[in-house]
Amino acid sequence: MSKTQVWIAWLKALLFVACLFPLGRLLWFAYADRLGANPIEFITRSTGTWTLVFLLLSLSVTPLRQLLGQAQLIKFRRMIGLYAFFYACLHFTTYFWLDQFFDWPAIVKDIIKRPFITVGMASFLLMTPLALTSTNAMIRRLGGRNWQRLHRLVYAVGVGGVLHYLWLVKKDLTQPLIYGAVLTVLLGYRIWVLWRKHPWRSKRAMSAGTVRLQ
Amino acid sequence: MLIKKPADTLPSEITAPDVYRDRRRFLQTAALALGGMALPDWAAAGERLANVGKSRYDAAGEKLTPLKDISSYNNFYEFGTDKFSPAQTAGSLRTRPWSVAVEGEVRHPKTYAIEDLLKLAPLEERIYRLRCVEGWSMVVPWVGFPLSEVIKRADPTGNAKYVEFTTLYDPRQMPGQRDRVLDWPYVEGLRLDEAMHPLAILAVGLYGEVLPNQNGAPIRLVVPWKYGFKSIKSIVRIRLVENQPLSSWMKANPHEYAFYSNVNPAVDHPRWSQAKERRIGEFFKRPTLPFNGYGDQVAKLYTGMDLRKYF
Repeated sequence: MSKTQVWIAWLKALLFVACLFPLGRLLWFAYADRLGANPIEFITRSTGTWTLVFLLLSLSVTPLRQLLGQAQLIKFRRMIGLYAFFYACLHFTTYFWLDQFFDWPAIVKDIIKRPFITVGMASFLLMTPLALTSTNAMIRRLGGRNWQRLHRLVYAVGVGGVLHYLWLVKKDLTQPLIYGAVLTVLLGYRIWVLWRKHPWRSKRAMSAGTVRLQ
Repeated sequence: MLIKKPADTLPSEITAPDVYRDRRRFLQTAALALGGMALPDWAAAGERLANVGKSRYDAAGEKLTPLKDISSYNNFYEFGTDKFSPAQTAGSLRTRPWSVAVEGEVRHPKTYAIEDLLKLAPLEERIYRLRCVEGWSMVVPWVGFPLSEVIKRADPTGNAKYVEFTTLYDPRQMPGQRDRVLDWPYVEGLRLDEAMHPLAILAVGLYGEVLPNQNGAPIRLVVPWKYGFKSIKSIVRIRLVENQPLSSWMKANPHEYAFYSNVNPAVDHPRWSQAKERRIGEFFKRPTLPFNGYGDQVAKLYTGMDLRKYF
């Protein structure tokens, strides 16, 4: 292994542990009785928030690596994306199990009647194929171009995630609007790049992983 | 000899006015706190209330929500919009001196000092269910007296049809009011017959002790058959009026919040179900009861009304 590869391996290990922090925090709070008066609400909120954070982090990899000229950043994107899915799974498990306790009629009614749950559920479903096709073997099977096309679904997931948050809040929109602003910047950057017909935007360059600074 | 002219004060060294005022406020608070220690009738949260009688309106057999949960999980937007902020920041609220004006369509308007309100009627313990519009509930042993005691003494005129309540407005004491999340001050209202109902109380304590600030000290409304937001906190004005008051939540979102806001499992919040609730401290959700289980006492106030329309 080259020196860079060793570095990346270490950083990946570090990132893997760091991404477990939100879960560790929840477990510690549960143990130390610090989840507050309504622990289920706390867990639901926390796992949902972290899903959104990891989603936005994964969406910021491409802009960052282009703006900073750090092509290696791509090596961390898959892990961040999978962590987004991991926290989304915890979020949904909390809803099905702790919150609704598998009351399927109530859950179905919720999904149909409540726009914020409809959009949340849809976003989760859209994330699933992305997680399933995240392995090297699947990328090979699909081919880079198809894989990339499929994975553009993450933009819809990001929009869905922010709407889900925006629509559930009773009054104070500050937090969801912050996430919405970050998402707007991240997606806006891509539109801007497209609009400028940037050479990086060419699919060949991206799938080959060759990124040149302008 | 060279005499150096001292440098002028750099703009960056000038203390910004808001910082300066904060310091002054800090000193004021410190002085008040010190003075408070010397005052015998300093009503601190958690202080025992004397002569509290038992009430006949007890939610018999229901397990009380622990004081720790009641005083650490609060919706009190004047101190921040999340549940944990009020307990952390409500210390800035000064509950003495405090006065409550009773005015409007009354023959005997009066401004009460809080000390006089506390002696107005015998204090009694009322164990009530509290159902929040968000879908959680508690069982709270309030200490207070019927709201009707205050209204009767004011002697409403024939024009008085509704009662309008107002919370203190002072962003220095209530930092949440610096954000325009709601149109401050907080306003709530009841129909006069609702306000005169024996279940409607003004609470000054819970668990036999002076009300913690985050629970609406020094005096708040408790209307157990309505969603929690109707039970307005830290009241400074009670006004008898002819027309239906426009409450803060009606103003903020008329589509989601209406005047009556009676607990009703059959009428969903536009964005979530009201059929069930999570009692704080319990794992499984429980079904929500019409009028929060007080139907026997209050349903007659609404006979002939379409509660889907007047939600």
